[in-house]
Amino acid sequence: MNIPDKFSELRSRGESALIAYVCAGDPTPDATEGIVQALIHGGADIVELGLPFSDPVADGPTIQAASERALSAGMNSDRYFDLIGSLDVEVPLVCMTYYNLIFKRGIEKFVHDCKDAGISGIIVPDLPVEESEELAECCVKNSVDFIFLIAPTTTEERINMILEHGSGFMYLVSRVGVTGARSDVAESTNKLLSRVKTDIPKAVGFGISNGKQAKEVVEDGADAVIVGSAFVDIIASGNAVNARLEALAKELKDGILAAKR
Amino acid sequence: MTTPLYGKYGGQFVPEILMPALAELEEGYQRYKDDPEFLKELDYYLKDFAGRETPLYFAKNLSKKYGTRIYLKREDLVHGGAHKLNNTIGQSLLAKYMGKTRIVAETGAGQHGTATAMTGANMGFETVVYMGAKDIERQLMNVYRMKLMGTEVHTVESGSKTLKDAINEALRDWVTNVENTHYLIGSVVGPHPYPMIVRDFQSVIGNEVKEQIMEKEGRYPDSIVACTGGGSNAMGIFHPFIEENDVKLFAVEAGGSGMTTTEHAALHSASLCVGEDGVLHGARTRILQDKYGQILESHSISAGLDYSGVGPELANLADIGRLTPRHADDDEALEAFHELSRMEGIIPALESSHALAYVMKAAQSGELGDLVVINLSGRGDKDLETVIKLEQGVKDEYP
Repeated sequence: MNIPDKFSELRSRGESALIAYVCAGDPTPDATEGIVQALIHGGADIVELGLPFSDPVADGPTIQAASERALSAGMNSDRYFDLIGSLDVEVPLVCMTYYNLIFKRGIEKFVHDCKDAGISGIIVPDLPVEESEELAECCVKNSVDFIFLIAPTTTEERINMILEHGSGFMYLVSRVGVTGARSDVAESTNKLLSRVKTDIPKAVGFGISNGKQAKEVVEDGADAVIVGSAFVDIIASGNAVNARLEALAKELKDGILAAKR
Repeated sequence: MTTPLYGKYGGQFVPEILMPALAELEEGYQRYKDDPEFLKELDYYLKDFAGRETPLYFAKNLSKKYGTRIYLKREDLVHGGAHKLNNTIGQSLLAKYMGKTRIVAETGAGQHGTATAMTGANMGFETVVYMGAKDIERQLMNVYRMKLMGTEVHTVESGSKTLKDAINEALRDWVTNVENTHYLIGSVVGPHPYPMIVRDFQSVIGNEVKEQIMEKEGRYPDSIVACTGGGSNAMGIFHPFIEENDVKLFAVEAGGSGMTTTEHAALHSASLCVGEDGVLHGARTRILQDKYGQILESHSISAGLDYSGVGPELANLADIGRLTPRHADDDEALEAFHELSRMEGIIPALESSHALAYVMKAAQSGELGDLVVINLSGRGDKDLETVIKLEQGVKDEYP
């Protein structure tokens, strides 16, 4: 299933989506299938799988550590595509990675490999719209969604430019800063949601870690809630990982469903 | 859309959050760079705080031994002991004019951090410097100097725990505190407009050399030699000479303990010599990477050259053949460190020793011509502990 179909399905039920992020190959490549299945059982509608990079500047300590674990366990771009291709899942998968890994593989090849592995969308946190022309064209040609981030600091002019080029969903960054679980959801979320006017689904991420926050974000008007570091923290603990991932995904999805819109 | 600024290199590969800050910085720079008041203050700081101009010194003993006229541009005499202050004065002033109250910086050897601490203290900024844990170990004196001047020094424990990771961490800080904070990058690297701004503020080096060498020799040199990590001292001395096609430019990178790589690390820091096209720290440039595009850790005896990338403008100058990338290894740099100390009574930084080492290697070949200017980018006092330990045979501690 691709991303637009998933959102139409959810919209027909009046539901917002839970998008779960984990780093592929963390802590080992073998663990990823079980982790992804647990997230989906818990209620994840879309799964983002990070392709780890040695220098993840947009990520906080939690995802940095996950990237380091995955890289030490031997994760690389070839294994990533093998691994993702082997997953037995129905939900849309999204590849999140840094630009140098795409650039080095060759933009065309990278997008083809995504397509072949069953990946429906790509997020590149260090690639602003100005630098993204070639990748955008390639994504259109291969019907892979190219998902952009919009930050609280993004100007109106830039929002319009991003809306012109993005597809799948818009990744609204709830706060200035790097990724990582926080106890509160920034006030800027509400403002940003109302500034971004589009029919493309709006997903809010950065800092969300529990059902209560997820509910608030959906009540503010989000079509999807993105949660990463809170899942990665569970993986890092090594303790009853899959059961706890499933429980957290359920808590988040329940929060989303409880929201009054 | 965005046109690459230096051939195919440069650009702005940064998180969306920072794009408006880069635009604001470029706007601020364009507004103030020719502003008479800004320039007057810049000039005041360069003269009375930094101690410019620095001498262009004729190294008579070295010249005699190597059979070519060798001049040293004495950036080691700049306040703080390195050329780094030229840039921190310029950027700190710019930040002040732009109304920022907080400065963050990365540092490798601690020279840029120290220079940032100096201008930060002097101009009243809250100053935070990120430094890799491995570099902190080998540059304790600089860490103490920064703290003395009221700078908060954050230890970076991620990745290779050196300069590249300190840059990552400084970028993360900037992403988080972008509204009141200026990121004072220390080299001609990073997203546009940084490579341009740092180059312009460092060009005072080359501009002085132009006048000084005309006065002393009545002509421009045959070649200019500068050590290159990120490349700020190199761009600073090269830039005013780029149009002077008869002047050969040599960028000497750290050959480390060998021009080879293991699975995750290069034994050198020679991104111009053997790096490949890639994107690191916001710019497309030549970088040290594996076949998947993961960044390789670099190595050099000198923390200031120990970096996996290089400024995008240098990468382009190398591509178009305007500059010649060369390398000198750890041992050669150490030998040069001793030789300059012994022959001229000047203790060079280990970084600058790479430029010296290359001249000592190449002088006989004729490649450098009859009149050579070496950018002596820093003094070696900060390196004494490293050198003492090496000579006591504990080389294993500094792999």
